[in-house]
Amino acid sequence: MADKITLEIARYSPEQDVKPSFATYEVPVYKEWVVLDALNHIKDKVDGSLTYRWSCRMGICGSCGMMVNGEPKLACATFLSSYAHNGNKIRVEPLRYFPVIRDLVTELSDFLVKLKKVKPWLIRKEKPALGQGEFLQTPDQLENYKQFSMCINCTLCYSACPVVGLDPIFVGPAAIALAQRYNMDSRDQGADERIAVLAHPEGIWGCTFVGECTRVCPKHVDPAGAIQQYKLRAVMDWVKSFVMPRAS
Amino acid sequence: MPVAKPAAAPSKPIRAKVVPIYSEFHPRWYRPRVSVYWWLGQWQYLKFILRELSSVFVAAFVVVTLFQLRALRQGPEAYARFQHWMQTPFAIALSVISFFFVMLHTITWFNLAPRAMPIRVRGKRVPEFLVAAPNYVIWLVVSVAVAWLVLK
Repeated sequence: MADKITLEIARYSPEQDVKPSFATYEVPVYKEWVVLDALNHIKDKVDGSLTYRWSCRMGICGSCGMMVNGEPKLACATFLSSYAHNGNKIRVEPLRYFPVIRDLVTELSDFLVKLKKVKPWLIRKEKPALGQGEFLQTPDQLENYKQFSMCINCTLCYSACPVVGLDPIFVGPAAIALAQRYNMDSRDQGADERIAVLAHPEGIWGCTFVGECTRVCPKHVDPAGAIQQYKLRAVMDWVKSFVMPRAS
Repeated sequence: MPVAKPAAAPSKPIRAKVVPIYSEFHPRWYRPRVSVYWWLGQWQYLKFILRELSSVFVAAFVVVTLFQLRALRQGPEAYARFQHWMQTPFAIALSVISFFFVMLHTITWFNLAPRAMPIRVRGKRVPEFLVAAPNYVIWLVVSVAVAWLVLK
């Protein structure tokens, strides 16, 4: 017989509730079970009305982000066994700082709008003809931006960032890290277009370097680092325009 | 005058109907407000607020140093007055708290330096401690030099 652990899960039904309340469920703890397995167990066997997002269950899709004991986590990568001692409970809530649609499901349009604003795609000033073949890149050039390209848009970093909570129009960690991913790509020529959006009080200068985004990132993207590097670049650009106004 | 009888109570009480406060295409989202005390709940946030607060004490330390320089320029009498003020309990408390915050300020920012400056040598990223270490070395050398100047 497996050990049991208690999950306190935030429930919110927009038709009936003014604010979320917690429902308690007891689930078995198996060595290989993660919080997502426990949620699936509850939905299948105990209460089919429990609502949450999930898809790949292997840390690739970034759908199952939620607050686990106050920390933004991927439910598919958070093992029950790491909480199952001394009669501990696991408190599961929707990701912080996002509007809640129902139970553990948050509204992400705000993030998607911000993401699009930083133009996270390859921008070329002049497009070569199709027949000219692909853009070549060396392993070293790939290594330059690879870390930032690992982002899965799970928005855990937004839930970890107090600036996002206090200043909802701040562009936020993941979007800036992805902008930096394209800036550092040797095939891209759009850094000037992106810096117009990001060298702004609600862009990179909104960041106060709390550093929590980097700590909670499940893919080790280091958004805080990306933002600080971007700040450095913006200052250098400003100094350059000051010292050599006619250049470029 | 006959009193109108109240309508017979229904045999089953009608369930209070919950009126949805939303329309079909605009579901009512729950938007919690961020508490003013958001930084008290988690150690990482408190550490961040202390780091930001440390700049106030760094500024206090600079102001005290400026007053010291002014006293030095005004002559031995003014400097004695400054030294006397520095021995008051308020000045001692301010110095102790400022020292604590200046240390916190220095250490936290030195430790964050590698995050802002990923240095690459021959295509490989230099380990974080090697970027932070020179800051500490310079800090130590300057501190020893200042201590030597003051204490000799």
